[in-house]
This record gives sequence, structure tokens and C-alpha cells, in this order.
Amino acid sequence: METFSALGGGFAVALTPFNIMLALMGCIVGTAIGVLPGIGPLNAIALLLPFCLALRLPPESALILLTAVYYGSGYGGRITAILLNMPGEPSAVLTTLDGHPLAKQGRGGAALAISGIGSFIGATLSVVAMTFMSVPLARVAVAFSPADYVALIAFALSLLGAVGGVSAPKAWGAGCFGIMLALVGVDSGTGVERFTLGSLELLGGIDFTVLAIGLFAIGEILLLVETTMRAEAAKIGGGQRLTLKEVAFCLPAMMRATGIGFVIGVLPGAGASVASALSYTAEKRLNESNGKFGQGDIRGVAAPETADNAAQIGNLVPMLSLGIPGSGTTAVLLGALLMYNITPGPLLFEQRPEVAWGLIASMYVGNVLLLALNLPLVGVFARLLSVPASVLYPGVLALSFAGVYAASNSAFDLLMAIVFGVLGWLFRKTDIPLVPIILGFVLGRMLEDNLRRALSLSGGDVVALVESPVSIGLWVLTAGALVWPLIMVLRRRG
Amino acid sequence: MQRRSVIAAATALPFSAPALVAAQGFSPQNPECIAPAAPGGGFDITCRLTTRVLQETGISPVPIRTQNMPGGIGAVAINNINAQRRADPNVIVAFSTGSWLNMAQGRFGRFGENDVRWIGAIGADYGVIAVKRDSPMNSLQDLVAAFRQNVAGIPVGSSGAVGSQDWTKVALIARAAGQDPRRMRYVPFEGGGQAMAALLGGHIQVFPGDASEIRGQVEAREIKLLAVLSPNRLPGVLADVPTAKEQGVNVEWPIVRGFYGPPQMPDAAYNWWVDAIRRLQANPVWAEQRNAQGLFEFTMVGEEFSRFAKARTAEYRQLARDVGLIQPQ
Repeated sequence: METFSALGGGFAVALTPFNIMLALMGCIVGTAIGVLPGIGPLNAIALLLPFCLALRLPPESALILLTAVYYGSGYGGRITAILLNMPGEPSAVLTTLDGHPLAKQGRGGAALAISGIGSFIGATLSVVAMTFMSVPLARVAVAFSPADYVALIAFALSLLGAVGGVSAPKAWGAGCFGIMLALVGVDSGTGVERFTLGSLELLGGIDFTVLAIGLFAIGEILLLVETTMRAEAAKIGGGQRLTLKEVAFCLPAMMRATGIGFVIGVLPGAGASVASALSYTAEKRLNESNGKFGQGDIRGVAAPETADNAAQIGNLVPMLSLGIPGSGTTAVLLGALLMYNITPGPLLFEQRPEVAWGLIASMYVGNVLLLALNLPLVGVFARLLSVPASVLYPGVLALSFAGVYAASNSAFDLLMAIVFGVLGWLFRKTDIPLVPIILGFVLGRMLEDNLRRALSLSGGDVVALVESPVSIGLWVLTAGALVWPLIMVLRRRG
Repeated sequence: MQRRSVIAAATALPFSAPALVAAQGFSPQNPECIAPAAPGGGFDITCRLTTRVLQETGISPVPIRTQNMPGGIGAVAINNINAQRRADPNVIVAFSTGSWLNMAQGRFGRFGENDVRWIGAIGADYGVIAVKRDSPMNSLQDLVAAFRQNVAGIPVGSSGAVGSQDWTKVALIARAAGQDPRRMRYVPFEGGGQAMAALLGGHIQVFPGDASEIRGQVEAREIKLLAVLSPNRLPGVLADVPTAKEQGVNVEWPIVRGFYGPPQMPDAAYNWWVDAIRRLQANPVWAEQRNAQGLFEFTMVGEEFSRFAKARTAEYRQLARDVGLIQPQ
């Protein structure tokens, strides 16, 4: 009951016209930067923060605005992923797998709609979970050890074969290529330079934006240029609109994705990319018999989009309740709190209830606003494809380059994006899947860092990797995921 | 608090007297502050907030643009100004103590502390040594004793690799305990947040963090601080925490933030910037803004600061050699 009255107080803050307006602004900005390649919520929040201070916004209002940008971006990333096969942010990579085939079948609008609904369900249910269990959840999350992370990431990697389309060996090869790319740069453990070829620009490693824009956006455009825009481009209309029956059909998938996404999100060392990859592959495996994943299964859009938003909200849990930022973006939000002389942590809910509960209440409001914004706009977004290709693709290319340059101010990164673009074009022609490359890239770095942590904690003893019940469970799942496809193949033959 | 006499600094030096006159002959044109990192980090905040206050207080007649130049933890920026803008009077670059470490360890290529003009510090954060609330250790002496017994027996974790700022803090303490810092069981995390999570989760025992980032956990009594690595006790909630020096361990770790200019920045421009930072520090508006950045007062500009920066870098280079991070020359 105490929680309800506190939440009521939060709504009193969140529902003032001024704060609703700020939440709406944040949602619009968030969606927009989710669409734009290169510019992520981290940059947007960092750039907005000085304005909040300059305008002397009260802390709860500033936080409502900045956080709305954060979760709003989770709604935007899918739009280009579905329509153009170009993910706007890391966690939207999985959405391309079924979202773009749907768009090609003329069902781009339906895919956009279900991803909006999925995002809303994932985010709202996660906010509910956060409202009632924030502090105990965060306590459990910090008990997750580096060895447990190793097992979790190994499990996510073991599912690579499932996201690679037809050929599992090609998917594995692509995943390994991604892991190799992740090794470039100054090694986080020892400070040794690896594969930097003596180049200063490569010291910091390869930026995700550069890789994703190169492989997906530039590669896709090169392919289109070559095929001289034949019937390959996505169709508008012609397909059925999203039906209520389909929403109901996706509901179990969205529920599972919410669970996976929120739990992964609460862990300070994982993130939305892991969550969307796990939930996509979970759905694919669960529905092996009746699914057409990879060719436009609507659940293949619903699951990763739901998990993505659930994880984003989950990521805020350790930040608000323990003062621990789990990602770069939540670290900037934490910095924003500190600048207002507000100390996040276990005492935040007692010392500054208007900030903590106002923020949580505003997230209920913000997600309703986002759904209301996004569903009517589905038609408008889908119209994007009625723009003639000769205008659309040069525009996309210009935006992509602007995104790469805005993130780093580096001409070197532009060249690197072009190199990855050519690679992406070659990979497409040879049917080498791109999603495992991206997953290998993101997960490989996490795997290495956590493996090193686990081993230096145990003094080099590998037994430490399988000591906790959590890690043992995850390793069993990993082994299962690796063996299962083989059994399926044998059974089909047998 | 660390208060340095700027007047002493300005008068004690042969260069400053003519320079003050020359300063009046310079006015910045389209000035720029380079933050050698992506938006959102410490460098970015140093540039954006400082330049905003410089303009609001009228110290700078024109707005100062912030430009982000990430890459090689600052190496790209120092290369850029050395290669292309050696004498540009209108550009300053944000730095921190971490930049000194990188120079000392040769991570900025051939560029070091003598390849820039040190303008001044705007404030400093200080290192702290944190343990979980139920840790058997209650003072820095307990940690020193534990290090003496078995330096590899205590898992220490923080953000950054071996040789980074956080690592160096504990390395100095291990060395004070007569141990080889390379033998520490050091676990690098991605950012202080994840290291704090590992401390609260009991995976590591010691977290060498910064004063500005641990306040919440101290207030909530989630963690204990064994020491603050400042010359004097820090104000506010940390006032009860003794310094390392008080406990007989001579280790200080200020995380200084400030600006440098290109190596051949003209004297007139250099003095204008030095004077701007000096006037900023004297302005009451600044104190509030500095606190919001989690920085404590640390006033040092011009030639005094330049000597400080060079002395610190030399000290870190010696440490890096001692512990075998770089080859002795």
C-alpha cells in the first residue's frame, strides 16, 4: 500500500502539464534519434543536459525529459531496420531478420505496428516490475558474478547459428569475424595495443556505429546500385494491416520477451543487445515447427522489440536503486542527477521521493504517449518507401555518413565505414549473414572482458567458471543449444 | 582545501610580467574547446560547463564552441593540435590527471608534457579507497597490513586497465606496503559503476574510486571508506574519512581537470586564457557550477600549473618504470 501512495505522489508530479509536455518532447526526440543512424540516446542526453541546467529546469522535470529520450529511442531504432534493412541502434539488429522480409512482402506497416505494441508492452510491464521490486531486484543483480556473465554470454553466443539464415557454418564464420573485429584496439586488461596497425584512430577500437552503418546501410545501398533497383526494394501497401488476431498470436512471445529483457536489463553488465538476441532465438527455437523465422515471421519482430524496451527499463533499476549505472547511457543519467546535487542510491526514494517516484510515474505516462505517437504514424513511416529510390537512398547515405561523422568527428571513421560497406556488399552476395557479425562483435568484447575478470578473481583457476548454480545452469543451456541442431539434423535424416 | 596563491604564481615568474600587458592585446575569434572524447564523458562536461560559465559571466566576450574529438583516449586530439594547429590562439583542449598518465606511459605517441602549453586547472576530484560495509578492514592500515601478508590475496577492481588512474591509486598503496604492484589481483571493469556493483556483490574487496562517484553508497552505508587520497580532509559527508597521510601512508591522488593549449600558442593568447581561468575561479557563480561537476576547489594556473603538470607527469613516468609498465631508458 505504501508503494501505491508513493506512486500516487509520483503521478502528481508526472501529470502536471509542464512535465507531460517535457515527457512528450523527450519521446519525440528519442524516437527521432532512434531513427537516425549514429546518434544514440547517450549523445542526445549528453547534449540536452547542459540545456536543462541552463533553463533551470527542476531536477524531476529534467530527469523526466532525459529519461523519455532514453526509452523513446527504443521505439525509433526499428523503423529503418524494418523498412530499409538498416538498424538505427545495436538492439534493432535482430529486428531486421524478420522485419525487413515483412516489409518486402508489403507488410511493413504491420511490422511497425507490432513492434510499437511490443515496445509498449515490454516497457510498461517492466515499469510495473520496477515499481514494486526495484531494490530487491538490484540486490540480486549485483550478486551475478563475472563467471556468471561468462556463462550468460557464452549462452547467447551459442545461439548464433540460429540467427544466420540457412547455413549454420556461415553464421559461425560470420560470428567469429565479428569477434575478431572486437579485438581491435587497446586491450582493456593490460593496455596492450592489438591489431591497431600503428594507427592512432584504431586505439579506441572499432565503433559500433561505423561497423553497423557500413555493413548494413552502405552495403545495402551498394547492392541496390548493382541490381539497379529491381523489384528488390520493399513494397508499400498491398499487404494486410495488422489484425487483432495477430497481436493475440504474438502475445505469448511478447510476454516471454518481457521476462527475458527485463531480467537481462537489470544485470548491470549485460544490455539490450543480449536481451533482444536471446528473446529472438528463444522464440525461433520454441516455434521450430510452426514458424517461418527469417522469412517474415511477425513474432520475429515482436520478440526482440519487446525485449529491447524491457531491457532498457531494467537497466534503470540498478541506477535508481543502488546508484550503479549499467550502461553508458545510464551513466550519463546518473551524472545528470549528480549535477543537480541529487545522490542516486538506496536513499533516493526516501530523500527525494518527488524525483524517484515522479520519474517512475512519468515512464507510465511516456510509454502511453509513445504508443499513441507511434501507431498513427505507422502509415507515415511506411510512406517513406514511396519516396523514389533515387531520392531515398542518396538521402539515407548522406544521413549515414553524417551519423558516423557526428559520433566521432573523424574522417578515418568514414573511410572505415566505406570499407565495411564493401565487405557488407560482398557478404550479401555470398550469402554470409550480417547479424552474427554484429552479435559476435558486441558479445565477443563482453565475453573477453568477463572471462578475464573471472579468471583474475580466481587466480587463473578455470573451475571458478562453473561454480555457481547460475553458471552451471547456463552452461547446460549452452551445451543444449549447440547439440540441439545436430539432433534435429540426425532425426530428419534418421 | 587546496588553495594556491595565484598572485604568488603570477609574480614569481619571469614570463608573467610582460605577459599581463600582452594579454590585453588579444581577443579570441571563434574560440573552440576540444573535448578529446565523445559527448557525455568528463572531458565533454569540462568543456561544455566551463565555456558556458565563461560566457555567462562575461569573461569571454564571445561564445566558445565545444568540439568533440574522441580517439585514442585523447591521443587524437594532442596529435591534431600538434600537427595542424601548433600556433592556434583560439583553441584549448580539456585534460585530466589521466592525460598525464597517458603521456607518462607513452600512449600519446611521441607527444608528451612538453608538447602543449598548460593553461590551468578548474578543479579536482580525489581518489578514495572503498570497501564493502561488512569488510573486516576498517582503516588504510588494515589494507596495508593485508597487502604485506599477501598482496595477491585481495581482489581489487575498478575501471581501467593495469596502469590506469584507478589502478595507480592502489598500486601506490601496495608499494607503500613494500609490495610489487604488478602482483596485485587487479580486475578491470568497464566503468566505475560495474566495479561498484562487483564490490556490493562481494566479488571484489577493494574499489579505488573517486570521491564524486561514491557519495550515494557512503550516505546509505553500503560501503566504508578506508581513506581519501587528498592533502586535507574533504568537506560534506566525507568529512569523517581520514586522509591516507593521516594514517601514515603518503599517497595523494587528485584527479585534476583543466585545459592546455597548442605548443606554440602566442603569449598574448596564452595569457588571455590563463587570465580567463583565473577570473573564472574567483567568480562566485563558478563555485556552484564546479560543485555540480563533482569537483573540489583546486586553483592553479599559468606557469605554476605548468610546472605542476610536468612534475606530476615525471613522477608517473618514474612509477611506470618502477613497476615495469614501460622500459627504462
